[in-house]
Amino acid sequence: MATPVLDKADSAPEPGFADSPYITVTFRIRRFNPEISAEAFWDDFQVEIDPKERVLDALHKIKWELDGSLTFRRSCAHGICGSDAMRINGKNRLACKTLIKDINPAKPITVEAIKGLTVLKDLVVDMDPFFQAYRDVMPFLITKDTNEPTRERLQTAEDRERFDDTTKCILCAACTSSCPVFWNDGQYFGPAAIVNAHRFIFDSRDEAGEQRLEILNDRDGVWRCRTTFNCTDACPRGIEITKAIQEVKRALITRRY
Amino acid sequence: MATTETTASGIGPVEGASQYSVDNPAPLIEAPRQRTKKSPKSTRGNFEMAAWLFMRLSGVVLVVLVIGHLLIQLVLDGGVSKIGFAFVAGRWASPFWQVWDLLMLWLAMLHGANGLRTVINDYAERANTRLWLKGLLYTATVFTILLGTLVIFTFDPNIR
Repeated sequence: MATPVLDKADSAPEPGFADSPYITVTFRIRRFNPEISAEAFWDDFQVEIDPKERVLDALHKIKWELDGSLTFRRSCAHGICGSDAMRINGKNRLACKTLIKDINPAKPITVEAIKGLTVLKDLVVDMDPFFQAYRDVMPFLITKDTNEPTRERLQTAEDRERFDDTTKCILCAACTSSCPVFWNDGQYFGPAAIVNAHRFIFDSRDEAGEQRLEILNDRDGVWRCRTTFNCTDACPRGIEITKAIQEVKRALITRRY
Repeated sequence: MATTETTASGIGPVEGASQYSVDNPAPLIEAPRQRTKKSPKSTRGNFEMAAWLFMRLSGVVLVVLVIGHLLIQLVLDGGVSKIGFAFVAGRWASPFWQVWDLLMLWLAMLHGANGLRTVINDYAERANTRLWLKGLLYTATVFTILLGTLVIFTFDPNIR
């Protein structure tokens, strides 16, 4: 017997019985193709879509049905891989976690690449500076013990709780590319790198906190933070980023005085 | 089976044998943003931390100093109309007010200059623009601090 499937064509609402959930939404997308023009431009697409769908679904619809040249990153499409951070209606969000009904589909919805990083094509940016800052804070466990551990590195629940918030980072760059200090010259380490340093600095099992603090004591380290809270607003994971940065600052000061 | 041809792009077939082997290794992908001679030297140091701390501490002290100063100059005892050469001379006769004004001058100038320095760092995009703006800022700061200090210490109430 055939597997029962939900037949979508038959379940379309009868005229006058229920309104179609589909609405027409205009997506105004910032396009850039260096092989065609050195200038970026806005491109409008009309999409028939259920407002309960996500912006990523609309981008898929555009790419698959309207213009195959539209270029953007996405991997898991469920808010974990952190590939599809973009500037939607002027705010950094994950396209896969933003429902169209939540961002006023009556007006054109603007979609552009995240700011502060070089745009390679359409919504794809060069993430190298972002990941260089991430690499610079040594985001891995460092212990002085050179022997292979013979048992687990145990930790109390309280010690784990200390850095729980900053373990949630998915490295989508929504925070770093929302930071006005990062926009200027891109030399600032950026919120994401500091969050990931925080995750190890305050881990009781890690022994290189001092080294990481020294790295962040840089001219372009934590002291360039102006506590504008853009990063906290932008984080799709709800990490209290500005608080984490302040905790690193406090650790730097109390370490010395 | 014959050895697969090496394509110019270096991308092999998705299925089937890999075009790379021990004798013909895959091209090494260089790590992005490697540190070169051009990349700036270590910029670590405690200056930025000291500047950050100074802003907080001087800010707290300045709240007291400036509000006190404004009250005395503009509100209490007849307000702004009382201010004249004699009023200033009378206040500066006391070392307490001399120290108050000196402290306020130094803290306010350094606090403001450091604030503007961070603004220049955040907003000036070209290295040359930064250099000139900061040069102007530091000149103005040093000039004002030195002139003000000189006046406070060499003030002569019997000047003609």
